Amino acid sequence: MRNIRREFNGQQVLEDLDLDIRRGETLVVIGQSGCGKSVLLKHITGLIKPDSGKIFFEDKDITHFNRKKLFEMRMHFGMLFQGAALFDSMSVGENVALPLKKHSGLSVEEIRDKTLEKLKLVGLKDVYDKYPAELSGGMKKRVGLARAVVMDPQVVLYDEPTTGLDPIMADVINQLIRDLQHGINITSVVVTHDIDSAYKVGDRVAMLHGGRIIFTGTPAEVAATDHELVRQFIEGRSEGPIRTV
Amino acid sequence: MRIFTLLGRYFLGFVEEIGGIFILICRIFHLSPKVFRNMGNVLVQMERIGIGSIPLVLVTSVFVGAVTAVQAAYQFQGFVPLRYLGAVVGKSVTLELGPVLTALVVGGRISAAIAAEMGTMKVTEQIDAMEMIAIDPVEYLVLPRVTAATVMLPVLAVFSNLLAILGGMVVARISIGVSFNLFEYGLKMLFRYQDLVGGLIKTVFFGFIIALMGCYNGFKTEGGAEGVGMSTMRAVVSSCLLILVSNYLLATLIFRVIFAPD
Ligand SMILES: Nc1ncnc2c1ncn2[C@@H]1O[C@H](COP(=O)(O)OP(=O)(O)OP(=O)(O)O)[C@@H](O)[C@H]1O
Ligand SMILES: [Mg+2]
Repeated sequence: MRNIRREFNGQQVLEDLDLDIRRGETLVVIGQSGCGKSVLLKHITGLIKPDSGKIFFEDKDITHFNRKKLFEMRMHFGMLFQGAALFDSMSVGENVALPLKKHSGLSVEEIRDKTLEKLKLVGLKDVYDKYPAELSGGMKKRVGLARAVVMDPQVVLYDEPTTGLDPIMADVINQLIRDLQHGINITSVVVTHDIDSAYKVGDRVAMLHGGRIIFTGTPAEVAATDHELVRQFIEGRSEGPIRTV
Repeated sequence: MRIFTLLGRYFLGFVEEIGGIFILICRIFHLSPKVFRNMGNVLVQMERIGIGSIPLVLVTSVFVGAVTAVQAAYQFQGFVPLRYLGAVVGKSVTLELGPVLTALVVGGRISAAIAAEMGTMKVTEQIDAMEMIAIDPVEYLVLPRVTAATVMLPVLAVFSNLLAILGGMVVARISIGVSFNLFEYGLKMLFRYQDLVGGLIKTVFFGFIIALMGCYNGFKTEGGAEGVGMSTMRAVVSSCLLILVSNYLLATLIFRVIFAPD
């Protein structure tokens, strides 16, 4: 991503942002609430177009992609939305199965098997016939995750995958993100507030602040850094260079 | 100076709106061949829009027919013989009242429902999620609704015409003292099939407008619950206004040009 700028109603959210995501790595993006992490993810997938700047996927600039090309690209992408974004008119099973039904050409039984397999992966094999309104927040999130990976994408974007989960489930999900990456060499971008899980899943950690990436490094480098903003964030102090009021 | 900036902004907003609607219409037509792949969705929507609206249309139509008969008889007093009552009720119902009132009441019901549903999907990122799994929301959500409304509105209007005439007939008999035979005589005397067809052609457009406004305003929703409320309101207001304006234009086109009396 090069020189990305994006504003909403006069508020500059991303400002000259540069970021490289390497094939096969897990990049964790941390940053304060409201700093533009979700907006960043939506730029990567072309859901939001930048005001200026370029975004490359495999050397092709996606900012000029038409709908058809974007759709082709997104077939290789999976995304977990911050609010899960399940289709509430469909059951959990239908939600997870929808991408397969539309794009895979598999038979009904194959789709069902695969859907159940992915639901099992996130520890939810009993909710197949329930509706999203009947699930808890954390369960929705996990269904969203199952839907994001059901097409076996090359790139998975996770918007706060562990927020709202209990510590045990959070660890299961972290492990899952790791396994996916190691097993089939997926590229992942994980947005999180949770420093523990950032250390656990990340090959590299990037911190977004003031519309820019102000730091990138391995978890070890992050832990050892003396960059003041990053230190304040990972130590969770209210005093420091980042002002909250 | 201030007023010009304000007017300018208003005008630009208006142009943007028209442009947005126009683009959506183009995309709907562009995708229309794919409607057969989404037949399941179309049928679900047809049921919701068509079958679901029957009680509303029933009550509206019966009472509209009844009041037409009463008002016509009142105006006839001393000038026009009551054997023309059936003609007047039949004409007004098939030409205007049936199609337009059906469109207005169904429009309020359907465009609000569509806008609220689409708006909620928009603000909870379900539309984004759909784009993310490479499903075109216009194909998957808009096209079935527009198709269903366009097909079902004429059907509802036929139903409405029948009920309104029936309502008029019953009231004519009970409170005005015009027998069924006399009413039927008037009805048949001035009946032209062009009236019926012309009125139904209009409803095809009304159906399209209703679903289009519901979807367009739903997709434009920003913010949360309040945003959904705003879009729902906009959808209802804009579809009702567009129905009334296009009714005038279509009536001119159909009855003064296509079926012009020679
Ligand atoms: N559609 C939009 N319209 C207007 N402003 C927006 C929109 N989307 C995001 N913003 C603004 O962009 C900023 C960044 O939002 P974003 O959702 O990316 O934050 P975030 O980093 O994901 O925060 P959190 O950690 O709380 O999820 C916010 O200040 C928000 O007000
Ligand atoms: Mg966010």
